[in-house]
Amino acid sequence: MNKHKFEDLDVDKFLAPENEKRSVVAPDGSTVEIDPLKDYFCQDRPEVLKPKSAPVEKFLNWARAESLWVLGFGTGCGSIEIPPLVTPRFDMFRYGVQMRPTPRQSNVFIISGYLAVKTLKRVIRTYEQMPSPKYIMALGSCTINGGMYYDSYNTINRLDAYLPVDVYVAGCMPRPEALLAGFAKLKELIKAGKAEKANEYAENFDWYKANQKKIIKDWNMPDYNW
Amino acid sequence: MDYSITKFLWTLLGLFIVLNWGMLMSSTMRRIGARVAGRYGIPWYQPWIDLTKLYSLRTQLTHGTMFYIGPAFRLMGGVGMFLFIPMVFGNEHWSNYSFSSDLIIILYFQFFGMLGMALGASEGGQPYSAIGVSRGLSQFTTIELPMTLAIISLAVQYHTLSFTDIVAAQQGGITHWTMWTNPLATGAAMLSLLGSFGHSPFNLVKAPNEIPIGPPTEYHGTFLGVLRTNGAILHVAEAALFMNLFFGGATSWFELIIKTFLIYFWSVFVGTVFPRFRIEQSVRWFLKIPTILGILAIIILL
Repeated sequence: MNKHKFEDLDVDKFLAPENEKRSVVAPDGSTVEIDPLKDYFCQDRPEVLKPKSAPVEKFLNWARAESLWVLGFGTGCGSIEIPPLVTPRFDMFRYGVQMRPTPRQSNVFIISGYLAVKTLKRVIRTYEQMPSPKYIMALGSCTINGGMYYDSYNTINRLDAYLPVDVYVAGCMPRPEALLAGFAKLKELIKAGKAEKANEYAENFDWYKANQKKIIKDWNMPDYNW
Repeated sequence: MDYSITKFLWTLLGLFIVLNWGMLMSSTMRRIGARVAGRYGIPWYQPWIDLTKLYSLRTQLTHGTMFYIGPAFRLMGGVGMFLFIPMVFGNEHWSNYSFSSDLIIILYFQFFGMLGMALGASEGGQPYSAIGVSRGLSQFTTIELPMTLAIISLAVQYHTLSFTDIVAAQQGGITHWTMWTNPLATGAAMLSLLGSFGHSPFNLVKAPNEIPIGPPTEYHGTFLGVLRTNGAILHVAEAALFMNLFFGGATSWFELIIKTFLIYFWSVFVGTVFPRFRIEQSVRWFLKIPTILGILAIIILL
């Protein structure tokens, strides 16, 4: 995974104007120095969170696999394949897969289709806010090699250069059955203890950040969104 | 009152039964809702798995002290209600810590958890939490109105504020139940129950596809696990409250399970039929028919 070299980037040149250091005059006349990235956000880096002892972790992984909470965030055209999953025809609730409206309560993030650079920024923020262990399912060819948008000026081609992907569901578009198969595969990986991509993200944090900052020109958030 | 350790252990066992029955009941109701929609729905054991997963997440974030205390307050509201409601009538082990004016303290505990949650959720800083909190508190104030009127009506009718006495007065056949002796109070309370159970049409506090889950937007992991644990206890405790007040109480766990199921089902039944109200609609709704029923229930007895 970490085969690319870390490229040293001048991060400061991407800083948005609203996040630059400034001094503000308070109502009582005193001057206050504000550094938005330090004062308004948590600056800690993510850490590798070690699994518990083997038998305990096996049980917990089983529970995690049987209770997949999917974040309701559609990024591209593939998101049209997610609503059918809650209908009687496909009914993902049978497999312990449920939809959650907030990243704080979700474990699975479905990147549904192409990712515009603008969306990628929101996706990164959202992914980082999800509690670990978290999993990413990449839906459609666009997330693998760009698909039909391979030469587009504002979409990314390879998702795994920016975020760690657990399961790919290939196709354009993959049908809801393919998504269900993807969930089955994800469950298999979690139960086998192989879905530790959140830790991988923390380990290779610098590499991922360098890649992300290379294409997101208006970086106006902290390095890790707690 | 008996404060022995044996009594405490029996109550703890009762809490365990109530927690598990609450979780089974919620998954059963979700399955019923799924069948109405033509689906199979979640497996009946899903709530236990969800709870295990929530308690075992590796990342836990906090936004401050009150953020921690919020779920604890909420749990206290549910457990507090359970502690003062006699679960099985006439059984010394399962009558919990019911005492002579426990109805008043139950009314207090109903609101207690909501207030704690409001403080905790507000510290999360999510704008949607604040919207959910303001909606929840304004709606619950109007829910409490018909409920309190119904309870005052019962106090006038039975000349007591004790659960055990009210249940005792209803023994001796179905015609002795408050449901028949005081139908107006029962009507007012059963309409207010629709709001306090939080199902559609009164689920705008947590409306997931409108204000992402409302007050618990920022809650995750153990925090959410505590909230869910409380939800299971609270549903059974509230259903037991209505069972004791209006439907003759229970003389065995089996009777309790049947009656609480049917009382909970009433809110689910209405919820699967009617769509969601907006906040001003729901507040006005509670201030109309349920409140008028409650006032009539008192006037008739005077």
